[in-house]
Amino acid sequence: MKPVAAVAPEPTTVTPELLAQHSITAEEYARIEEALGRTPSLTELGIYSVMWSEHCSYKSSRVHLKRLPTKSDRVVQGPGENAGIIDVGDGWACAFKIESHNHPSYIEPFQGATTGVGGILRDIFTMNARPFAVMDSLRFGPIAGEGIPQELLHKNHTIVEGVVSGVASYGNCFGVPNLGGETKFEECYSGNPLVNAFALGLVRRDEIFYAKATGIGNPVIYVGAKTGRDGIHGATMASEEFKEGSEQKRPNVQVGDPFMEKLLLEGCIEAMATGAVLGIQDMGAAGLTCSTCEMGARGGVGLDVELDLVPQRETGMSAYETMLSESQERMLLVAEKGRENEVLEVFKKWGLDAVIVGTVIAEPRLRIRHHGVLVADIPNQSLTDDAPLYHRPVGEWKAPVQMEPTRSALDKLGYEDRVQQRNYADDLRLLLGAENICSKRWVHEQYDSMVQTNTVQGPGCEAGVMRIKDSGNGGPQRGLAMALDGNGRWCYLDPKLGAEHAVAEAARKVACTGATPVAATNCLNFGNPEKPEIMAQLSAAIDGIAEACIALGTPVTGGNVSLYNETRGEGIYPTPVLGIVGIIDDVTTALPSAFQAPGHAVLLISPEKIGTIEERLREFGSSEYAKQVLGELWGVPPSLDLAVEASLQKALSQLAAAKLLHSARDISDGGIAVALAEGCFEHNVGVSVKLLEGADLPHAWPLFQESASQVIVTCDESAVGKVRALVAAFDGLRVDHLGETVADQFEIAVNRHPVIRDNVTGLKNRWAHALEGALREVVTA
Amino acid sequence: MKFGVLVFPGSNCDHDTFNVVAEIAHQPVTFLWHDSPSLENCDAILVPGGFAYGDYLRTGALARFSPVMQSVRKFADDGGLVLGICNGFQILCEAGLLPGALMRNAGLKYICKQVHIRTETADSPFTSTLRKGQVLQVPIGHMDGNYFCDQSTLDTLQRNDRVAFRYSTPTGEITPEANPNGSLSNIAGILNEGRNVLGMMPHPDRSSERILGSADGFAIFASMVAALTGAAGR
Repeated sequence: MKPVAAVAPEPTTVTPELLAQHSITAEEYARIEEALGRTPSLTELGIYSVMWSEHCSYKSSRVHLKRLPTKSDRVVQGPGENAGIIDVGDGWACAFKIESHNHPSYIEPFQGATTGVGGILRDIFTMNARPFAVMDSLRFGPIAGEGIPQELLHKNHTIVEGVVSGVASYGNCFGVPNLGGETKFEECYSGNPLVNAFALGLVRRDEIFYAKATGIGNPVIYVGAKTGRDGIHGATMASEEFKEGSEQKRPNVQVGDPFMEKLLLEGCIEAMATGAVLGIQDMGAAGLTCSTCEMGARGGVGLDVELDLVPQRETGMSAYETMLSESQERMLLVAEKGRENEVLEVFKKWGLDAVIVGTVIAEPRLRIRHHGVLVADIPNQSLTDDAPLYHRPVGEWKAPVQMEPTRSALDKLGYEDRVQQRNYADDLRLLLGAENICSKRWVHEQYDSMVQTNTVQGPGCEAGVMRIKDSGNGGPQRGLAMALDGNGRWCYLDPKLGAEHAVAEAARKVACTGATPVAATNCLNFGNPEKPEIMAQLSAAIDGIAEACIALGTPVTGGNVSLYNETRGEGIYPTPVLGIVGIIDDVTTALPSAFQAPGHAVLLISPEKIGTIEERLREFGSSEYAKQVLGELWGVPPSLDLAVEASLQKALSQLAAAKLLHSARDISDGGIAVALAEGCFEHNVGVSVKLLEGADLPHAWPLFQESASQVIVTCDESAVGKVRALVAAFDGLRVDHLGETVADQFEIAVNRHPVIRDNVTGLKNRWAHALEGALREVVTA
Repeated sequence: MKFGVLVFPGSNCDHDTFNVVAEIAHQPVTFLWHDSPSLENCDAILVPGGFAYGDYLRTGALARFSPVMQSVRKFADDGGLVLGICNGFQILCEAGLLPGALMRNAGLKYICKQVHIRTETADSPFTSTLRKGQVLQVPIGHMDGNYFCDQSTLDTLQRNDRVAFRYSTPTGEITPEANPNGSLSNIAGILNEGRNVLGMMPHPDRSSERILGSADGFAIFASMVAALTGAAGR
């Protein structure tokens, strides 16, 4: 490399306008001058602006994230690397993380979603973990409903179509199975859809790679797609609210190429196997800038890079543009000096650009040259660990809605006059066709869920279940279960309790397969952190996640924070999304969620303690029934006892391991009536059950309330005693024998009154085609 | 006996296909890189699913020009067994080893799901362990699986018993509802004139183990093994 130039980078003329364009405050600028001891060059200012953006620096959330539990015997790598890693046994470890791509997906749904998937996949395989499964948590504005402007419905349809086909197009071509996830709809996501992509990869425990530069004089190699002008300032865009005309930011959205990513995967994994690669990091947000300074900072060294050597797609790119480009499918790696050709040969075989662009240097600085001239010379620490950290004012959180149901809601439920009960069969049908409950087959069939031939349970199940091929030491193969969950409406009503529910429900879905939940990743989607009420939501949600993850034994190994999810001042519901990974020792014992055949006993496992009538009245206001059937929102999320939840999850994995059950499913949106119906659909099996309700409440409560920690299981009639005995060993749980599975009939009685009598085929038709129906509906402007 | 699995840039079912031969059929198997004309003395060639060359231009359109495909053409002309699955079927059509073309699905979307196919002939080295009329549950995963050929080609295929599989109901009826992608005459797989080349859109590689939901597809690999064992020393 060329000798270090004595001349400092040429200072730029700093004006308030220039700082505003870079979203750098006056105080932040003062810190930049202090760190450099001089006026920055334009390139340096650009570098600071992306590294200190909310997206890269977590400057508003870092002080709160420290409260999350991050350790356990299984955790190999916690937060701070490209992804978290846990030990899964038999010499295997898995790397996994969830990340948001919300802002780009609103501006350009297809490309925003593809690059979201591409980014998270690179985070996984940069650690030498071959991507094994992906899932997505998607949230959109409504796609049907009265009183919603046609123009808005049309826009939401476009976003749904674009995002789903983007996710599909990238993952399918790359060759990683998509196990589903969740797809939800609420008004608040109309201007701010949430696209959270989760990926998990497998790596041998002793073959993990880290994003650390080491060894003075070692070559720095750039691999993959050429750098273009796309995505410049993407990270900064993701750190602002949307205003009118945000669509004009479209050039900021990157364009994905899954074929290139597939080649990059194969090339990187083969290159790492040579033993000549010492450290590797993908170029995601803030591209070359982020990878160069972070790799240097982690290794306590510096990188000296000449931009003329960087493969470029366009001519005449400035140093500023090259450093800030977020072109996709690129990697930066440090190789052992003298063995660089082994690495370069591998990439040549895969037809990829691979070029030595710089050297590891002793000084812990980021040195960037352009045409041989030094254009940036920055201490790494100032960009990473010493980035601004804000203790933003945390406001006092206030309940956003009234606690008690309105008169009209109570009248609709026949609360005063119990004789006037509703037609609950109609209500059930309405719920089964509601956007948040109906089948998501239309989404999932567009995803390849089976490639790699490990998928034991794919989309539409409680959790995805994968077998690990080379595991079990000749005995039964090991499995991994994974699920995503979030509940924005509940977090809006109570951020802490809502976040606890997100952890508990994701873990419960995993436990329903018989797996033991062992670790978590989270994606925190919130509004503008400069507003104290938003910080109150964020802080409370993190407290909730921390408490629940400690109680359930699932440390958080990483994740992502997405703030400024506001359009024209309208924020989204606070929406933490949790991903939970579980381990199942013998994958052949994995439990399905669907009822398997007629003649099985149907049991409810639930907490012994039931709330008072007043508490249950309030909790009902947060249910899907209140939203869809009554059109109202009041009260609080259901109460949650984390100790009882932990017992339930332990009981489930013991029941599965003892092979006592035929199926297990969680009760969530739409309550027990919906859970029972959904259990019937896959194999066209019916149920006949009787619910017991001690309190004097209308039948809507036992049918549709969404109380926590409740699971429906089926087993042989002869096994009921054994199930009861096993569950009795746990404090706080009860088992009720509700009835049995039957042929096509669907019957629910409350106490002695038959309240729903329908047939499975009819219910299934309603549930199976609602989403497609809503999307196909011709929108007339 | 040795199987060879082709690997193009963008193949993504190469490991899956390899795994079935090695771990389920317990037969020797090797990967064959697209850039080399050598078939390494393999006795059967498997063209796996995926997105060879990123599906650029058209599915299979670039893969047909690769050095390995020139050797595969010669191998097939000499009577060697060639099975193309999904993208492999598309490549074999583009390479002229099988007639017709695979167009975009009628619904214009990628479809991944379990389907049923009916065995239309047991008279081939790929279907000899099946019964004519036997229904298999095998998954599909493709964007371009809508088989099309002209009328005279279809007549020839039918007259010569070269339709290997048709999409059907679970009980074996050939109906429009059972056709997932708009394929002409519900065709899911076809044989070449010599009956030594089979192309099919559904994935037997994804349905060779019960834990994955179906082991029905394994019969195709088992048939190939039987054919090669019977024809040892060819």
